Amino acid sequence: MLVDWVASLYQSVQATFVAHGWPLWVLAVLTAVLKVAGVLVWILLNVLFLIWLERKISGHVQNRPGPVYTGRFGLLQTLADALKVLLKEDVIPAGADRWVFVLAPLVAFVPSVMIWVVIPFSRGVQAQDLNIGILYVAALASFTVPSLLMAGWSSDNKWSLMGALRSAAQLISYEVPLILAELGVVVLAGSLRLSDIIAAQQRSVWFLFLQPVGFVVYFIAALAESNRTPFDLPEAESELVAGFNTEYSGFRWSIFFLTEYANLLGMASLAATLFLGGWSGPFLPPFVWFVIKTYFFVFLAMWIRWTLPRIRVDQLMDLGWKFLLPVALVNLVVTGVFVVL
Amino acid sequence: MLAAYTDVVTFLLVAVLFIAASLFLGGLLRPHHPYPEKLSPYECGKAPIGSGQVRFKVRYYIFALVFLVFDVEALFLYAWAVILRQAGWPALWEGIAFVALLFVGLIYAWRKKVLKWV
Repeated sequence: MLVDWVASLYQSVQATFVAHGWPLWVLAVLTAVLKVAGVLVWILLNVLFLIWLERKISGHVQNRPGPVYTGRFGLLQTLADALKVLLKEDVIPAGADRWVFVLAPLVAFVPSVMIWVVIPFSRGVQAQDLNIGILYVAALASFTVPSLLMAGWSSDNKWSLMGALRSAAQLISYEVPLILAELGVVVLAGSLRLSDIIAAQQRSVWFLFLQPVGFVVYFIAALAESNRTPFDLPEAESELVAGFNTEYSGFRWSIFFLTEYANLLGMASLAATLFLGGWSGPFLPPFVWFVIKTYFFVFLAMWIRWTLPRIRVDQLMDLGWKFLLPVALVNLVVTGVFVVL
Repeated sequence: MLAAYTDVVTFLLVAVLFIAASLFLGGLLRPHHPYPEKLSPYECGKAPIGSGQVRFKVRYYIFALVFLVFDVEALFLYAWAVILRQAGWPALWEGIAFVALLFVGLIYAWRKKVLKWV
């Protein structure tokens, strides 16, 4: 198998390092760079595909074909768009707070790459099995709030600021239920390590069946966290132009777009890991199972986006604070009692 | 132990580098023709009135404060959740007491109409 081959290759390279007395940290850095290169390729390929998929699904939901001209089934459409956006002028408004304006897309994008350190792709295929797995992901996910606020505040545009404030209010309202829903899984598995959580599901059943309420809370909150309809108020085109990214253009704007899809993918793969047993499954290779489960959630999110209308801002806050939060707290306590009994 | 974080730091640096490099490469390709109208903030085609950094509702601060309470609570509960199975009933009671206190806090905020969006 490929995984064994890579492991043996790593060991022979390590032996070479030891034999020549070369410092081992160089090897550690080199492997880390290889890992992040792999993750970047994985994210970019998936985002190219996801954007195409989203346009196809939205097309068919609305009874039209979606992109068809570029390549077979329009598959190359996103690539053409990426090239186009790279060639567009990069406008920074005169009144903008330049540094903050430039840094905001970076603060948004970098965490969406960093969460892939702990996501397990397959048996033993994981950049680093950190012992604080879920906590690490939750901490990185909260970086979205400052990035949007930075973008909105620095643009010197009323729409941007309004959109940024709304999205900050939305994100913090849904972050608490999200974290509490993940806690239910932690209580069952007794560990924050994602590999332990998968192992715990292999011993019993998928946590989807032990944590149905937690799963629903997680899924709704994750939809809200990734700013997707019915929770896409920050970008509500019809009232706020484009929200926090009104003043962004060209490639700088596309970084936000890239981040949105990278986050969707990350959210889906984390959901697959926490609730559907990650890469474990019969017959098919583990990696195939991981992709199937991830894309199940991706499809669900897209389906919901193109079927449901956007909700109002007061309904949004009510749903987060007065429904999801109490439900998540009760779910946590019930799970605790269940585990101790 | 800390060696595990080599990957984390490398991911951070390479992601930053990736964005910087693609912005730089794009800079070689794209046009650059700024003029005052293009650089002014977009307000649906009208000349903008006043600064873009307008005042906003105090409501946002209140929600941020409530969020802070519950986020820190969730952080404490992570440690509790990991050891719950081994620690058994005493830990469970303490956890329930902690969550109950916060629940009372939530109901208080609710009754005081802090959670009402106006």
